[in-house]
Amino acid sequence: MLEALFFYLFSGVMLASGLMVVVSRNPVYSVLFLILAFFNAAGMFVLIGAEFLAMLLVVVYVGAVAVLFLFVVMMLDINFAEMRAGFQKYLPLGLVVGGILVFELVTAMYGDAFSNASLPMASEIANTTQLGGVLYTKYAFLFQIAGLILLVAMIGAISLTMRKRVGVRRQSIAAQNSRRREEVMEIVKIPSGKEKRKDDGVNINVDAK
Amino acid sequence: MLELTLNHYLSVSAILFALGIFGIFLNRKNVITILMSIELMLLAVNINMVAFSAYGGNLEGQIFSLFILTVAAAEAAIGLAILVVFFRNRGSIAVEDVNILKG
Repeated sequence: MLEALFFYLFSGVMLASGLMVVVSRNPVYSVLFLILAFFNAAGMFVLIGAEFLAMLLVVVYVGAVAVLFLFVVMMLDINFAEMRAGFQKYLPLGLVVGGILVFELVTAMYGDAFSNASLPMASEIANTTQLGGVLYTKYAFLFQIAGLILLVAMIGAISLTMRKRVGVRRQSIAAQNSRRREEVMEIVKIPSGKEKRKDDGVNINVDAK
Repeated sequence: MLELTLNHYLSVSAILFALGIFGIFLNRKNVITILMSIELMLLAVNINMVAFSAYGGNLEGQIFSLFILTVAAAEAAIGLAILVVFFRNRGSIAVEDVNILKG
């Protein structure tokens, strides 16, 4: 009873915020609604008994991916209003395609005996323990490959966005440390009181070469 | 109605997936919103996986959902990096400006 109430609360808010992600005028609002949708999905996961994935959703999606989206949206200087040109034009097509998809998926799932089963009793062992027991034994290689994928994504993102700016003065420690005294300094003996008029000051050349 | 079944979760995830598709159709100029729609679709797939895993009584679905989460994070990072580089080069992120490859 209470579970059903929370299910409808979570799913209603999630679907509404999913719709707002799509139709929102300002992309910053879209990202914030995306975060709300993720939070409600996490609540749904708790309801179904997948606590570890719920926490992972909050940490990874809300904490990393959504904030990354927020940074990029705020960094790009784009007139988002003119991007919405053609919004009305594509609305009927999108509605038709989405409606057909929902119709197909929902008709495919009804009438199946398995679909009407209720949730099996929760196990004594916590969900995180169960997942850890499988993930680090049976799926250890897949787990390592997942880590490798993340490493490749990190290196790829850094190497894509890194650039050498021209015209920026910055400290080069290697160049500073490799300076030698004989390369950059010159000691000039100045004879005192000799041909002072002609030369008008002796050329003291201590410029860096 | 008040007894939660697998169908409830599957229906919600189907609607969420269709919302993602709808978003791609609706915002076909704005790459950022398209990426967000893809995230919504991946979330729908995750809900599907977890629902089947919980009702079917085995953990494989949740393990797979974990890997979907990993790949989604990698995809978002790479996609946004490409977006930033593209904006730096062209000054726009409209999809119709992405035509250097003449595809």
